[in-house]
Amino acid sequence: MNTASAQANSTSSADAATKGAISIRNVTKIYDPDGVNVLAVEDCSIEIAPGEVCMIVGPSGCGKTTLLNAIAGFHSITSGQIDLDGEMLCGPGKPLADQGADRVVVFQNGALFPWKTLADNVAYGPIVQGTMTKAEAYGKAVDMLAEAGLSGVAGKYPGEVSSGMARRAEIVRALINDPKVLLLDEPYRAMDALTKSIMHESLLEVYDRTKVTIFFITHDLEEAIFLGDRVIVMTTRPARTKKIVDVKIERPRDYRLLSSEEFRVLVEETKGAVHEEAVKAFEAGERELA
Amino acid sequence: MSDRDVATQGPSGLSLFLYKTKKSFGTPMPYLAFVGIGLWLFTYWLLNEQLKISPFNKIPGPAEVLTEWFSQDPIWGTSLFTEDYWQNIKASCLRILIAFSLATGLGVPLGLFMGWSKKFKDYTFPVLELLRPIPILAWVPLSIVMFQSFEAPILFLATLASFFVTTLNTMLGVQSIDESYFRAAGCLGSKRRHVFIHVVLPGSLPFVFTGLQISIGVAWFSLVAAEMISGEFGLGYMINASYMVNKYVTMVMAMLTLGFVGWITSAMVRAAGSQMMQWREKALGQGGA
Repeated sequence: MNTASAQANSTSSADAATKGAISIRNVTKIYDPDGVNVLAVEDCSIEIAPGEVCMIVGPSGCGKTTLLNAIAGFHSITSGQIDLDGEMLCGPGKPLADQGADRVVVFQNGALFPWKTLADNVAYGPIVQGTMTKAEAYGKAVDMLAEAGLSGVAGKYPGEVSSGMARRAEIVRALINDPKVLLLDEPYRAMDALTKSIMHESLLEVYDRTKVTIFFITHDLEEAIFLGDRVIVMTTRPARTKKIVDVKIERPRDYRLLSSEEFRVLVEETKGAVHEEAVKAFEAGERELA
Repeated sequence: MSDRDVATQGPSGLSLFLYKTKKSFGTPMPYLAFVGIGLWLFTYWLLNEQLKISPFNKIPGPAEVLTEWFSQDPIWGTSLFTEDYWQNIKASCLRILIAFSLATGLGVPLGLFMGWSKKFKDYTFPVLELLRPIPILAWVPLSIVMFQSFEAPILFLATLASFFVTTLNTMLGVQSIDESYFRAAGCLGSKRRHVFIHVVLPGSLPFVFTGLQISIGVAWFSLVAAEMISGEFGLGYMINASYMVNKYVTMVMAMLTLGFVGWITSAMVRAAGSQMMQWREKALGQGGA
């Protein structure tokens, strides 16, 4: 029964899963804010398949956000290359990627425009890109917000709704552009555990529906294993891949997974690697760069 | 409980205003203002007309001023019922309207561009910082040399003072906008003009209106100074002219009138700000109430 309904609306999912391959090859990033070179990312290579949920785990300030910023086009890279679906985003001769709606970021502290209603926020992308008229974009925004359970607050400003609702609306604002990749930068960092679990399930639901490639940065290992297809543990600065964990847990997933045996085993296996880096980062006492 | 609709749409517009007004009269707030003014008047009266302590006994007392103010047949020739009183208010208000509009019309766009474009700021900021500390009174001789009429130097001085405040605050407003809004706009496919219209402009509004509040005060300050030096009509002129002919009662009346009119103009700027920043009003309302 599930397969039948899945096939019925799988046309877009199947298309979506063919796009959004990210290839990070030998990327190095050196900052020199005070005349002293700081190596944030060193010779980092990650291949992400189309439609994969790739979780990047590492201690705060380890350089994981640097990678995200390079993909999004907020920061340049020093050497190496990043491709999206075979096309170079940044690399030799072009250190800074162009910003574009094919890679939409959901920010750590939330970046819905506080001066626009949720519906206006969501409709913003298609309007400025010129892909929809104002009326079309607004209509689609209202529909998509309703789909995410936000129909009652579409006309409200971000300051009037809970942080959980705001973050969900921000993901809707990204999805309306039909992006190849969703870049999430510790989006649930400041949330309490209960809200966080609701956020996780709603993100899983979005993923099951769209099969969009997700590049998700977090320092929460359980979150990473619960959501991801693959968890990449990064070393503390300079960031390199330390350990890669394949999460072969079936989808769709829900909160019951958290108490299952296979989940606990995966967490136990990976905890050591994460903890080791956290200790190193703590002892180095480095502040975050980006 | 049933007569209190919880989830339905609340009142808006005028009815919301009336509801809030009615609600506020249930709190001590509006009465405190009257108590404050009453206390001040009482102290003034006590020091001046009762105890006659120097230097307070050298100025006209509150009873004397109020009697004159509301007199149909004022001893010194000016009251609420004489035409010249209103003519002076009108002259000053008109000048403020022109000067404040000019300063806002020039200062806000200039400040926006300075905050938005690093290059533009590098060109303009040093000049602004060089001219800004020059006190407005130091501009008086120059303005008289530059403009031949009575009116133009006054407008020039009021505009200039107000312009500096507005420009600087607007620039700071743009710089205060969180970087992540620019990034969000960028990754949603904005072109530069979209960023300007949808991020720079609305994001700087809170600072802009703080600036406008200060700027209208500064406009009044420099207007009155200018009216006292050169000019015909206006509240500053009224103060100076009364002083010259020893009409101290009229002088104090003009000062208090200035206070009232200045208060009203500030309130108007505040109201315009709230109107333009509904998003902020609502978010604050959620947190406060």
